[in-house]
Amino acid sequence: MKYGRAVATASKRVEHDDHHEYVDTTPEELAPLYRQMLAIRRMEEASAKAYSQGKIGGFLHLIIGQEAVCVGATAALKPEDYVVATYREHGHAYAKGVGARPIMAELYGKKTGCVKGLGGSMHIFDKATNFLGGYGIVGGHVPIAAGAAFASKYRGDKRVALCFFGEGASTIGGFAEGLALAALWKIPVVLICENNQYSMGTPVYRSLAVEDVSLRAIGHGMARDRFDGDDVVKVKRRIAEAVDRARTTNEPTLVEVVTYRFRGHSMSDPGLYRTKEEVEEWKQRDPLGRCRQRLLDIGFPQADLDAMEADVKAEIEDAVKFAEDSPPADDYKSYVIKE
Amino acid sequence: MAVISYREALNQAMREEMERDENVFIMGEEVGHYNGAYKVTQGLLQRFSERRVIDAPIAEMGFAGIGIGAAMVGLRPIIEFMTFNFSLVAIDQIVNNAAKIYQMSGGQYHIPIVFRGPGGPAVQVGSQHSQSLESYYAHVPGLKVVMPSTAADAKGLLKSAIRDDNPVVFIEGETLYNTTWEVPDVAPGSPSELIPIGKADVKRTGKDITLIAWSKMVWTCLDASKVLAEQGIECEVVDPRTLRPLDVETLATSVKKTGRCVIVEVGWPVAGFGAEVAYQMQKHCMDVLDAPIERVTSDDVPMPYAKNLELEVQPQVADVVAAVKRALYME
Ligand SMILES: Cc1ncc(C[n+]2csc(CCOP(=O)(O)OP(=O)(O)O)c2C)c(N)n1
Repeated sequence: MKYGRAVATASKRVEHDDHHEYVDTTPEELAPLYRQMLAIRRMEEASAKAYSQGKIGGFLHLIIGQEAVCVGATAALKPEDYVVATYREHGHAYAKGVGARPIMAELYGKKTGCVKGLGGSMHIFDKATNFLGGYGIVGGHVPIAAGAAFASKYRGDKRVALCFFGEGASTIGGFAEGLALAALWKIPVVLICENNQYSMGTPVYRSLAVEDVSLRAIGHGMARDRFDGDDVVKVKRRIAEAVDRARTTNEPTLVEVVTYRFRGHSMSDPGLYRTKEEVEEWKQRDPLGRCRQRLLDIGFPQADLDAMEADVKAEIEDAVKFAEDSPPADDYKSYVIKE
Repeated sequence: MAVISYREALNQAMREEMERDENVFIMGEEVGHYNGAYKVTQGLLQRFSERRVIDAPIAEMGFAGIGIGAAMVGLRPIIEFMTFNFSLVAIDQIVNNAAKIYQMSGGQYHIPIVFRGPGGPAVQVGSQHSQSLESYYAHVPGLKVVMPSTAADAKGLLKSAIRDDNPVVFIEGETLYNTTWEVPDVAPGSPSELIPIGKADVKRTGKDITLIAWSKMVWTCLDASKVLAEQGIECEVVDPRTLRPLDVETLATSVKKTGRCVIVEVGWPVAGFGAEVAYQMQKHCMDVLDAPIERVTSDDVPMPYAKNLELEVQPQVADVVAAVKRALYME
């Protein structure tokens, strides 16, 4: 079992635990990751637009700024592995393989949405890609992820579950109990805290006594890791270590990835609790811009990049059109009790 | 009389009670610096400082329990749940501790605490964020359950709840915050500023049929009454305002007058609180009932997200009108 990568810090920024830069990436590895991140960003932007037009209702939580985390982490998985996420999960679903069309149609509340218009933005599920859902009650999904991983160990089928949650979830019982049981029973789950510095309007220093969620692993004798989430390759490699550990030894890992959301908590949040300067500073570290530059630096042709970006644009436009043109949801009675 | 919003009424109630009693404090998620997720606690941090307006991290069971412990030894906490959906992770504290300590301690410790926040369906937020949980709490001896429908009731009842020596579950209508109502200008300190817990209110008088509803459904019933009035049917709308204790007398007086009763609630039908009301009304009004008591509820399903389905699931004016006509044997 490996410890000691994380350092406790009282500052808002991560003290870089290690400065490893993963320079050995190739266009073959990086290009698909960039494409996914870009598609997620464009999808989020399109949904924000549709929301402001009143075509999407309820709460809409965007992941813009955090794309490298869900993309890098799910890239470390096999298709049969499970992902469990929060209400901020459009990107996680897309990264796991759920199409932009059914995601967008779900946000629109259409019959063709991935859960037939029953769930909306916060509750995307897709059995075909082993995406076990987006959940709205903070922390309640952590034991669910551990449960899927428990089943994997029980059956011996070597599947791993990834569970995503925010640092704000680290104070609730669902997280504490899920963590304790995963450690006790050696459940092959990787618990990924996307520390985007704010739980709604509450900055980390007002919600956690120690601003390092990964330290919670220590009391349970659990492996842990902690790093910045701007570099998608780094996220992928480091989560891959935890996934391998889970797959080969059943040992769970608690990973904290430090990131930042550029938008409000949800569409209704004007974000008055932080300064424009702070947001701008983080935008300098935009995982997309960084990844794009790196692709060019390692020899990915500009023409190919242009083609890819045009392709992403077309994909998302198609998804929006699909959602707009789809018939409304029409059945709320069918799935209450399985006959 | 000032016309103020339901949100403002709640804010005034807390502000005035905090001015009045140093032991009253507020704890919950985003209640301070963010001024409340629904802005109900707007300005309170500024007025009362972090000592009395306390932002809690996401730990409902923890801060509900902290409130109960503080109440045992003399403080008067107001615990805000960002919405009542999240009270479910704290329900053990409310049911097993808050509701029982007074009896468990043989009357030595009482728990003067208010658990408040929005409840009932919201708009397009899906099944986990859109549900009515009052029946859960109304089931529990040791609790009081209050559900105001108007700004005036919200203010007077919240003040009473804060002064009550028992745990009060105070569920605000999530879609009512912007509604306005006349609130009497009473100086803080005068007895009329309080609306007693356990007292129903007739929101509209009528001779033909009694509609019993609380929280948001009072508004739906008032709208239905207007439609029915145009057809010559005069509804009496009675709002219990408090589910536990229930003012059976006021409700029964109305039903005895009209001889017919429709109970409208936005929660689920099975074991919904309306079933208890129906039992009480048949028991007290058996001799005068001219028709079986009707119930209107949401459909027996988790709330769907899509706007069209969400509206279909919840009781609408047309559903109330239809139930009234059934009770009048007009259909
Ligand atoms: C048990 C519970 N309490 C409160 C909420 C309301 N709520 C939704 S998201 C949120 C903040 C969560 O912050 P964090 O866990 O850091 O995740 P992020 O939204 O930043 O991704 C809160 C308080 C909830 N959904 N569930």
